Amino acid sequence: MSLRGPLRVFVPVVLALTVGGLILLVLGKDPIGYYSYVMERSLLRWGGAQETLTRMAPLLLIAAGLIVAFRSGIWNLGGDGQFLLAAVASAALAPALIGGVPRGVTLVLCMLAGSLVGLVWSLLPAVLKSRYGINEIITTLMMSFLGTSFANVLIKLVLRDPGTTVPQTRSLAVDDRLPRLFGTTIHSGLLLAMLAVVGVHLMMTRTAFGLRLQVLGANRAAAVHAGYRVERLTIAAFALSAALIGLAGAVEVLGVWGSVRADWNPALGLLVVPLVFLARFNGYAVIGFTLFFSALMVGGESAARRVGVPQHFVLVLVALLLLFLGLVEYLDQGRRKAAGT
Amino acid sequence: MGGLLTEPFLVSLLYGAVTAGMPLLLAGLGEQMSEKAGVLNIGLEGMMLVGAYTGFVAAYHSGSFWLGYLAGGLGGMLTALIVLLLCIRRGLNQIVIGIAITVGAEGLTSLLHYVQFSRSYPRLAAAPVLALPLLRDVPVLGRGLFSHNLLVYLAVALVFALSWMYRSTYLGLSLEAAGNQPAALDAAGVDVVHTRSLAVLCTGFLAGLGGAYLANVGAGIFVPFMTGGAGVIGIVLAMLARGRPLMVMVGAALFGASLAMTTALQVAGIDIPTDVVQMLPFAVVMAVLVVFGRHSMLPSALGTPYTRGER
Repeated sequence: MSLRGPLRVFVPVVLALTVGGLILLVLGKDPIGYYSYVMERSLLRWGGAQETLTRMAPLLLIAAGLIVAFRSGIWNLGGDGQFLLAAVASAALAPALIGGVPRGVTLVLCMLAGSLVGLVWSLLPAVLKSRYGINEIITTLMMSFLGTSFANVLIKLVLRDPGTTVPQTRSLAVDDRLPRLFGTTIHSGLLLAMLAVVGVHLMMTRTAFGLRLQVLGANRAAAVHAGYRVERLTIAAFALSAALIGLAGAVEVLGVWGSVRADWNPALGLLVVPLVFLARFNGYAVIGFTLFFSALMVGGESAARRVGVPQHFVLVLVALLLLFLGLVEYLDQGRRKAAGT
Repeated sequence: MGGLLTEPFLVSLLYGAVTAGMPLLLAGLGEQMSEKAGVLNIGLEGMMLVGAYTGFVAAYHSGSFWLGYLAGGLGGMLTALIVLLLCIRRGLNQIVIGIAITVGAEGLTSLLHYVQFSRSYPRLAAAPVLALPLLRDVPVLGRGLFSHNLLVYLAVALVFALSWMYRSTYLGLSLEAAGNQPAALDAAGVDVVHTRSLAVLCTGFLAGLGGAYLANVGAGIFVPFMTGGAGVIGIVLAMLARGRPLMVMVGAALFGASLAMTTALQVAGIDIPTDVVQMLPFAVVMAVLVVFGRHSMLPSALGTPYTRGER
């Protein structure tokens, strides 16, 4: 007998929270107090809940991008570079456009530009992978470092707003940013992100193109054998993945920050990877995990000030979650094997 | 620009390159060993960070740099134990567990640091320096290359020792077989799981040692998240070196030099953003890959768990 779906997620979550609580206990903090504070702050209070939902937008878009890549058997670990360069591109473009064209056009153009920049930044690893079989883990990581530095160079040397002391791009006025949803502080990027993640899920599971990508991911030789144009498929998967991650960067700038400061790097690219794994590349499940993680982040940051537990404790929880997920999966497999199914 | 070829600039560049390159070298050598044996250690960054933390705490409380190194190595090894238990023995996905290790190490070390030191960052005394006799009197090179902590010379010796080991010892060949044809190694009567376990523990030790050097000698303090991608560069170096320890050293020197370049340029009175120089090694490596575009030579069983009798 194997563990059923919800249980397979529920068990690792409970185990991770328990072990995390034990760690807090050892360090002389009150785990119950911490967890209840985090939950109250990030989900039960309206202000906190809005913050939690706002944080989800870039996470979901990155998750959508990673789902495309991972399901196609491509390790796009260069999300940080793609995200940042796209953020810089849209931050540079938005203040320049806003005077000349209507706000809606500006926002759409900036989002397109962000996606395009993300896409372009993944082309080299994509071509190297499809043409020469060069491992994309190494090339995407390198492009990510390159991109993060390059983003800083652009901000410090080219796009710098002369009116500020800290190097940053020119700011987009609050009124010109992505429209808010129904009188809340949540920007409409969240809707876009939800659509993207559901769309990606449907594309991967319900369309011929998605099926080809999944075959490519499951067994490259089989994809070649089936007569798919594997080179093109690889590049397409890379491009779509990086464009979505680029869109995340654009949405974060257009919806929340309005500009990019030098040395800003939320490093979400690698943080979302665990969430996508926890969700087993499932687009619906990833929404739940993103909500969970986002709430932990928002509550954890506030708890750092109020309860004296540093916000990085959240990272420990994510790691524990991954470890227990792996273990549960392993035990489950063993049980299934033993049962002969 | 007249200040570029002066002695202070060159000394600062060489000295800085060695100091910045050391953690990369140790981590890269460690990763190389795992990769040879067929284990992709994405958690290298986490092992370095744990080593940096345990190494710093040990050196801080004992006042001994050697105890610091030992604790750093053991800390990294302990972290590698997770890979051993979950990935090698249980066959869990090496990339997932690797990311978990890195994320967890980031969280745990900053948590522990906060509990112990709150927001203060105590500093260690400067590391003892062993200036090599005769060589230390060579102008520029003497102060740049031959006046370092003893561990630096040991690491260089390790490069050659590893080269020899991979080439001409039974153990070296076993490691390689575990990565390329684990089934053949098994058939030859060598335990694949043991071979890989050994490699991963050594990786952990070396990465932790690199982390301890980074914290205790390079920085003199421990700061959360201080490895800042050094582990990732270590992975990149190991993959680019195609199994040759000497190439890891060349790569570490290249990356170390570019990290040191900014400080050296400031010594020379030139002020350009750090980021410009830090892009260079990555840009060079990407350009080389594009121009030569050869297939990467990674062990064929890299990242796949070994189960006897399974095809």
